[in-house]
Amino acid sequence: MAGLMAGFARYTHAVVRGIPTSLAADALRSSRSDVDLAKARAEHEAYVAVLRTELGLDVVELAADESLPDCVFVEDAAVVCGDTALVTRPGAESRRGETEAMKGALKDLNLNIVEMTDENATLDGGDVLFTGREFFVGLSKRTNQRGAEILADAFKDYAVSTVPMLEALHLKSFCSMGGPGLIIIGSSEPAQKALKIMQQMSDHRYDKLTVPDDLAANCIYVNLPNKGHVLLHCTAEEFPESTKVFEKLKDYTLIPVSNMEKVKLDGALTCCSVLINKKGNN
Amino acid sequence: MQCKVTLLDGSDYTLDVEKRARGQMLFDKVCDHLNLLEKDYFGITYKDIDNQKNWLDPSKELKKQIRTGPWNFAFNVKFYPPDPAQLTEDITRYYLCLQLRDDVVSGRLPCSFATHTVLGSYTVQSELGDYDPEELASDYIGELRFAPNQTKELEEKVMELHKTYKGMTPAEAEIHFLENAKKLSMFGVDLHHAKDSEGVEIMLGVCASGLLIYRDRLRINRFAWPKILKISYKRNNFYIKIRPGEFEQFESTIGFKLPNHRAAKRLWKVCVEHHTFFRLVSPEAPPKKFLSLGSKFRYSGRTQAQTRRASSQIIRPAPFFERFSSKRYNMSRSLDGAPIMENHETLMKDGATDGAAKVIAKGDIITTVTTEKKAEEEKAEQEDARMDEAETPEPTVTTPLRQDTKDTEPPAEMVKHQTNISELKRSFLETGGSAQGLTEWEKRLSSSPVHSPRADEAPMIEPLEPQDAKDEPPTGDETKEEVEPKATEAAGYLVKLVADSIVTDGATSSGPHGISLSTTMDDDVFMDAALREVEEKTPDSQDERLVLKVSPGAVRQEVSQAISDKKGTLIILKEDKVDAEGDELGVLSEKEEPEVPGEADAEKNKLLSSSTEKETIEEDVAAVIEARTTVVKTPSLKIDVKADDIAPIKGIDSTKKAMASWISEEAMTYASEVLSVSTNGVEEMRTPDGLQHEAEIFTFEEVQVQTCSLTQNSVSESSATSFAVSTLGWVSSSQKTSADPEQKAAIATETEAAPAESTGPTSLDSSDAGTKEMPVVHTETKTITYEAAEGETNGDADPGVLLSAQTITSETTSTTTTTHITKTVKGGVSETRIEKRIVITGDSDIDHDEALAQAIKEAKEQHPDMSVTKVVVHKETEITPEEGED
Repeated sequence: MAGLMAGFARYTHAVVRGIPTSLAADALRSSRSDVDLAKARAEHEAYVAVLRTELGLDVVELAADESLPDCVFVEDAAVVCGDTALVTRPGAESRRGETEAMKGALKDLNLNIVEMTDENATLDGGDVLFTGREFFVGLSKRTNQRGAEILADAFKDYAVSTVPMLEALHLKSFCSMGGPGLIIIGSSEPAQKALKIMQQMSDHRYDKLTVPDDLAANCIYVNLPNKGHVLLHCTAEEFPESTKVFEKLKDYTLIPVSNMEKVKLDGALTCCSVLINKKGNN
Repeated sequence: MQCKVTLLDGSDYTLDVEKRARGQMLFDKVCDHLNLLEKDYFGITYKDIDNQKNWLDPSKELKKQIRTGPWNFAFNVKFYPPDPAQLTEDITRYYLCLQLRDDVVSGRLPCSFATHTVLGSYTVQSELGDYDPEELASDYIGELRFAPNQTKELEEKVMELHKTYKGMTPAEAEIHFLENAKKLSMFGVDLHHAKDSEGVEIMLGVCASGLLIYRDRLRINRFAWPKILKISYKRNNFYIKIRPGEFEQFESTIGFKLPNHRAAKRLWKVCVEHHTFFRLVSPEAPPKKFLSLGSKFRYSGRTQAQTRRASSQIIRPAPFFERFSSKRYNMSRSLDGAPIMENHETLMKDGATDGAAKVIAKGDIITTVTTEKKAEEEKAEQEDARMDEAETPEPTVTTPLRQDTKDTEPPAEMVKHQTNISELKRSFLETGGSAQGLTEWEKRLSSSPVHSPRADEAPMIEPLEPQDAKDEPPTGDETKEEVEPKATEAAGYLVKLVADSIVTDGATSSGPHGISLSTTMDDDVFMDAALREVEEKTPDSQDERLVLKVSPGAVRQEVSQAISDKKGTLIILKEDKVDAEGDELGVLSEKEEPEVPGEADAEKNKLLSSSTEKETIEEDVAAVIEARTTVVKTPSLKIDVKADDIAPIKGIDSTKKAMASWISEEAMTYASEVLSVSTNGVEEMRTPDGLQHEAEIFTFEEVQVQTCSLTQNSVSESSATSFAVSTLGWVSSSQKTSADPEQKAAIATETEAAPAESTGPTSLDSSDAGTKEMPVVHTETKTITYEAAEGETNGDADPGVLLSAQTITSETTSTTTTTHITKTVKGGVSETRIEKRIVITGDSDIDHDEALAQAIKEAKEQHPDMSVTKVVVHKETEITPEEGED
């Protein structure tokens, strides 16, 4: 049984989902762009391979569902912390169906499932930043107060602070955790503002790593027993300046992961997996 | 009277107390019964008419607090130590665990299933010991309570975990319990129902770090103590005044609606107490208000810092105590369960006990302003005052007096005069100002694109400091203060330690427009009762600061300061004249006379001259500074100067003890462009009077009383590092009139009289006639300054913004040590400066050199990571004591 604040970013499992053909044409996007399905799939495969081989995670791969063009972005369907999984109610109506398969997978992993059944609540996992000590929930077009409240009920140990979102799609569209107590943040004004709010709301201290590109601030940090700090981040091809920033991190295993196609659909690195720790090790 | 106190294990402790007993008496008795030494974290509660839990005020009589109904109380944790591992004794942790178990079971401390399991398992281990299948039935756990809605599944998981703890002692199990519990987000959060300005239901949570605002379970805002400038209540409204944000010029006041007046007051008190306990080094003096309508309530216990110090001296062997079965504990509270009386011996007492410090710092605390005043309260205060007198801290225990200063820029000068000699009084005056700009460090450290000059090198990880962090230790430059001993010879040693290190987020630095964040120390924040002044200045034209002092009981004269900068020591003499201007409030201001350490004569003159003269010297100084400033000046600077003056009076001699009084002053300087407001000193005077407060409370702008001619001038220095300003002042007069409470109205005319204070609750030496009572002292003074070559740590003259400053004073019979800590931020770098002033008084049979060497040595030992940059020795010998009376 995991105690409170068990080792941060220790993961054993990951849930991912395939890319349906409908992604290219029907997936939601904030700006018009043509997505190359083949490239997107190749990219996703490479991503899953990294989770499996480099991070050594047990990857649960859900089948794509053509009726759910956005289903590859599994992060929005569930928030997992410790042995509790909150199955969300995504803000975009077209995506509500995505939670079904996710719930099944999480149940199979023996997690305690909490479902967001309130019809007034919406929450996308992409709006949820868990720092290891507390949650920040972006109140965005996809996530509302009620959704955040339910999240707070599901994870009672932690403070849940809300962060009003102005522009970005999700809170994690411009930030993510880069290590224990390290927040990677984009340099845009909305990002910086959000960071200020988080700072004000928090009782804890964090370090921040500012990167020039907001999108590059979305990284996956994993603490591996054998490798220590591992950071999956954008490639130099996409964000050369931001990549330079990551390259200066010491004692990190850096794994650049390409995300060029999925990003066209506002999909960042964290969007494509739900990471789980089944060991409860500290 | 018979009192029934429900203890943390659910049992009742019945005792008799005298009819007129105060809260402290009951509390002490209960702690004795519990064999508890680290008792400052605890308190006694009672239910009021609304069935709301209130904390018993230790300084008031029980009968005044319990108006109706039986005298039933409960013993509870009042201040949850954020780091329970730092508690000294296991028994203290045990009681904390009991409280937390109840918090968990009652639902006040929400936690997840997993956490319930973990906490439950440690509870079982601590109460039942190792899992033993032979002794324990399969459902051995069934009667214990771990959660509000306990399930079979939870019990099973608890047992599962319990089995893995073989060999763990109860004390260890409790430590584990606490280590988990302390991380819970609602740990130690005292919730109060309220509505925001739009009528939305919210909860206000008071905790160690500040005030949390919740809407449902979500945290929607948080105000760390340092962010809060003032807390107040009026009727059923509760207000907090917030320090301006990075891009704001003005403070804002946020109001909340509480269900009723009592709730508002209760919340306010809890805030005052938490702020004092967790943020201050020692309690603040109670406001001295004369006509005040405000509450004089202050926290009168020890602060966390004090209690830690005290408990580190506990040397008794760990007391043996028996842990109650939580079964019993829960049963006694459950509806059906009749309390089980078996096993009733609770704690065993061991004889050791009471030796430990019994220091009741009856200082007072902070803050506040209330508008409504109750006669009752006033009375209570008077009582408090008396209590103050009665309790003098034991010599061995340091009695910190706390004061804050904020000065980033050090140079103000003031002169204080003390009239009372027979008692040890201290008054501090501080001023500071700061100017900010980008320092080397800042440039190097700030990586945020906007800020950082070298964005390309961005990749540095920067600390994101919680805003509270800003004001931790103070830095700054210096201050001065003076102590006035009755002895004939006094020597002061000033040792400055400077350390640079903390890098703070750029957030603290001044905004684009040169609006600087407020530099107010959070500590002072609360000293509303004291007068404060705000002065705005433009960096270019530095004026001096005005300091208004009100001395509640005594008129003090402030002693001067010396400003030394690298080049040498600049000594400024200054005398001010106090004109009573704008004292509609009738504030009694004191006079300050500048004293130059080095120049005895000058000082003498001043001292002698009771009249106040204004000296122009300051102007010179100002000029000097100005020059400097220009050089230093960065585009948007803001200088904030604040000075607090604390004039605690401690009667050691007993003739009379006066209540400590605080005066705080602040002078703020803004870059010229920022505020065109007033170039003059604007002073905000807070008088105890509720009326004033009220006004203040509601408006963003505070009520400001302009006093053009204040008593004190300060010179601001632009560079914190390079300048050292110190003011030492001692005034000793053989006999003080102080003993006689003479209140001279006459004085008022000359000076600004702060009526409020003058007629203190007690007629102790309350009002001193400033002028008249000026002691005549002939002294010889000698000042020697040793300054480290390094001088500037930062290599640039930028003073930075003062984040915080505080002064701690401790004294023994012959020495008084004042530690002034200031923290400033220059750009991204924060600097902590510690200045220690040690005043040794005695009849020349003290080896001062030896004492100095010792002082330096101690200072070094205490702050190994800091370096000594300056030592100032100031020797003053009284030649002929004269009577200071009129």
